[in-house]
Amino acid sequence: MDLSAINPVLLIASLMVAATPLLLAAIGELVVEKSGVLNLGVEGMMITGAIAGFATAVESGSPLLGFIAAAFAGAALSILFAILTQFAQANQVASGLSLTLFGLGLSALMGQSYVGIKPPQMGDIHIPVLSDLPVVGPIIFGHDIILYFGIALTAAVWWVLKYSRIGLVLRAVGENHDAAHALGYKVIRIRIAAIMFGGACAGLGGAYISLIRVPQWTEGMTAGIGWIALALVVFASWKPWRALLGAYLFGGVTVVQLNLQAAGVAIPVEYLAMSPYLITIIVLVILSADKSSAPASLGRNFHASR
Amino acid sequence: MTVPLLSLQGLTKAYPGVVANDTVSFDIGEGEVHALLGENGAGKSTLVKMIYGLVKPDSGQMLLRGQPFAPAEPRQARADGIAMVFQHFSLFDALNVAENIALGMENPPEMRDLAARIREVSETYGLPLDPFRTVGDLSAGERQRVEIIRCLLQDPKLLIMDEPTSVLTPQEVDILFETLQKLRSEGTSILYISHKLEEIRTLCDHATILRLGKNVGECTPSETSARDMAEMMVGSTLQTPQRASREFGDVAMDISGLSVPAPSAFGTALKNVHLTVRKGEILGIGGVAGNGQDELLGVLSGETLTEADAVKLHGQPIGKLGPTARRHLGVLAAPEERLGHAAAPDMSLTENAMLTGSVREGLEKNGFLDWGKTKEFAERIIKAFDVRTPGPGNAARSLSGGNLQKFVIGREVLQDPDVLVVNQPTWGVDAAAAASIRQSLLDLAAKGAAVICISQDLDELMEISDSFAALNEGRLSAPREAMGLTVDEIGLMMGGAHGMEVAHV
Repeated sequence: MDLSAINPVLLIASLMVAATPLLLAAIGELVVEKSGVLNLGVEGMMITGAIAGFATAVESGSPLLGFIAAAFAGAALSILFAILTQFAQANQVASGLSLTLFGLGLSALMGQSYVGIKPPQMGDIHIPVLSDLPVVGPIIFGHDIILYFGIALTAAVWWVLKYSRIGLVLRAVGENHDAAHALGYKVIRIRIAAIMFGGACAGLGGAYISLIRVPQWTEGMTAGIGWIALALVVFASWKPWRALLGAYLFGGVTVVQLNLQAAGVAIPVEYLAMSPYLITIIVLVILSADKSSAPASLGRNFHASR
Repeated sequence: MTVPLLSLQGLTKAYPGVVANDTVSFDIGEGEVHALLGENGAGKSTLVKMIYGLVKPDSGQMLLRGQPFAPAEPRQARADGIAMVFQHFSLFDALNVAENIALGMENPPEMRDLAARIREVSETYGLPLDPFRTVGDLSAGERQRVEIIRCLLQDPKLLIMDEPTSVLTPQEVDILFETLQKLRSEGTSILYISHKLEEIRTLCDHATILRLGKNVGECTPSETSARDMAEMMVGSTLQTPQRASREFGDVAMDISGLSVPAPSAFGTALKNVHLTVRKGEILGIGGVAGNGQDELLGVLSGETLTEADAVKLHGQPIGKLGPTARRHLGVLAAPEERLGHAAAPDMSLTENAMLTGSVREGLEKNGFLDWGKTKEFAERIIKAFDVRTPGPGNAARSLSGGNLQKFVIGREVLQDPDVLVVNQPTWGVDAAAAASIRQSLLDLAAKGAAVICISQDLDELMEISDSFAALNEGRLSAPREAMGLTVDEIGLMMGGAHGMEVAHV
C-alpha cells in the first residue's frame, strides 16, 4: 500500500471534473422539480446527450459543437416527456421511467459505430501566471470551460430562483398550480420551459462524461449518475448550492476511492466502489434534516378545467 | 341614473350537462356593495369567474362604465381595475407574504419598496402584516389579509369577495367590515358573495339572488328579512331545525389532560385538552380553522392514537384503539375534508358506504363483501338525506360538495352511533341542506347519542349545541352552556381578534 502516490492537488482538480456531470444534471432537474414536475428520465437524457455530443464532436472535430448538440438532444428527448405529461396528462413517474429506458436503448443504437473511437480533446483554459501558480493554479484556473459553466449555472439558477420575477413565478407554479393559474400564469408553458431546461442540462452532463471525463463512448456509460442526480436534488432540499456541495462530495469520494484502489488498500473493491453513493446519501440525509419541504405540487399533473 | 360601474347583460355559460348561468343580468353601481346570493351550484362562482376573466361566457356581454368589457384572462381584468379575493385562498404556502403579493401584481416594484408599501397599506386599513413571514405559518385570518392587501395594492374599482368571512372570528369579521365600509366610502364597489344572510343585511346595499343559474330576484338586504332571502334562494319554505328539550344521560365520552404533538410542520399541537360529553348532549366546538380541529377529530376518531386513559368511552379507556375498533364500540366520525378524507373520490357511493359502514351494518362476512346489502345501505342514505345523484353507482367525485356532504353525514348518522364526531358538517352546503343536516344531528341526540360538532360556523353551533367550547392554538376552553352566550363572549373564547385593529383613517 502506497498512499504517498496520491497527489492532493491533482486529487482536488480531478474531483471537480468527476463532479461536473452530476452537478449539471442535478441543477437541471432542480429547476424542473421547482416548477412542480418530477422527471425521472434524467439518466436517459444524460446518455442521449452523451452519445449525441460524442458523435457530433467526432464528426465535426469540435468538442464545443458536441456540447451544443448534446444540450439540444437532451432537450429534444425531454420534449417527449413534456408532451406526455403536460398535454396527454400521463403519469409523470411512469413517463420518466420509460424515458430513461428509451434513452438507454436509443443511445446504444446511435453509438454502435462510435465504440473505441477517441473524441477530439477539449483544451483546458490557460491563463498566463494564474494557471501556473502552484497548488491554486491547477485547482482553480486549469480546467475546461464546461466545468466553469457548471459552477456559473449553479450561481445563475440560485440567483434567478431567489431574486428574479421569473424565478418567483416558477416557484409559485411548483407550489400551487391551481392558484398560479387563478392568478393568470401559464402553468403548462412554464413547466414545458423548465422541462426543456432540465433536458438540456442533463444532455450537457452526459456529454461531459463522454467527451471529457472518460473520454470515449461505451454503452450505458452514465452508470447511474442520472439517478444520483435525482436523489441529490431531494437531499439538497432543492437548494442549488447544496446540490453543488453534494456533487463535489460525490466526485471527491469517487476520486479518492479510485486512488485508494490504485494504491492497493486492503478494502475489497466492491466496498470502495459503493462508497461514493453511500457517503453522499448519508451526508445529504443529515443535511436535509431541516425538512425544507418539497414544492407542494411536485409530481401532480395540472389540468386547467378545475 | 348614472352609468353603472359594471353591467352584466344576459350572461350565459353552459357546461356539459348543466347550464351554470342562464341569461343573468344585473348592474353594480359605483361605490356600491352588491351581494350575490344563492345555494350551492346556483352559479355564483361561474359568474364571478367570468367577470374575472377565468371563464369565457357563451353569450351575453359585460359593460364596464359603458364600455364593452370581455377580459380574456385575469391579467386583463386586473388591468381594468377588477380584483378578487378567492374562496379557497389562492396563496402559496412556502413563499412569504411579499412574494405572494408580488405574484398578484402586474409590475411589482422592488421587494424592498413593495415590503414598505405592504406595511403602509396594511396599517392604513388596520390589517397588520409582516411582509417577510412565510404564508404557511399564518392563521386563516392573516392569510385573508394577504389576499385583501394584494387586491388593495392595485387600487381596484371593483373588489370581488367570495365567502370571505367563513374562516374569521366575529371580531375579525367586524374589522373586515370596517375595512370594506372604508373602501366603499372611497368609491370602490364590492361584489360580495356569502351564505351568511345576517352579514349581507348589515353590509350590502343591494342583493341579486341566483337560483339554478338564473337571476330570480333582487332585494335591498337591509329591508328584507334573512328568512325571506333564504326562501328566495331555495325557492320554497325553509325548515328551521327544531330542538326538543332533552334529558342528558351518563357521560358518554371523556377526554382528560390530552396533549398531542403537531403531526406535521403546519399542524397544531393539542395542549392539555379536557372534554366530556353526555348521552343526548351536543357539544359544539368553535374556533378558527387551523387551531387544532383536524387534530382533535383525529384523536376522537382513532386516527391518532394516544395514551389509553386519555380518551374514555363509558369509562373504558379507548385511546389506543384505531378507527375500526372504535366503530365497533359505536364511536363514529365524519371529517371535514370531503374528497380524500371522508370519502374516496373515485370510488362509487356504494363503495364509500362500505368503507365506513361495514363494521356496524354487517356488510362483510368472513372477509367477503356483501355488495347487495351495501347498495341497499347506500340507497337508504341517498333517500333519507335527499342526496341528489342518479344512483349509488356514481363516483363520489361526481357529486356537488353539498350533496356529498349530505351523503357523508348521513352515512354515519344512519349507523346509529353512540358518539358521533363531525367536523364542519355543513361547510359549503346551502341553507336548505344545512338545515336538514342539523336537524338530523338534533334527532340523533334526541335518541340518546352524544354528538361532538366541530365547526367554524357560529350560527350553526348556537343553533344546535347544548354546550360550547372553543379551540384556540390547540387549547380547548372550558365548556359553557350554549344558551345565552353572546357573540362577544364567544369571540373572546376563540382568542379575540388575533392582533387586528380597526382602520385608522
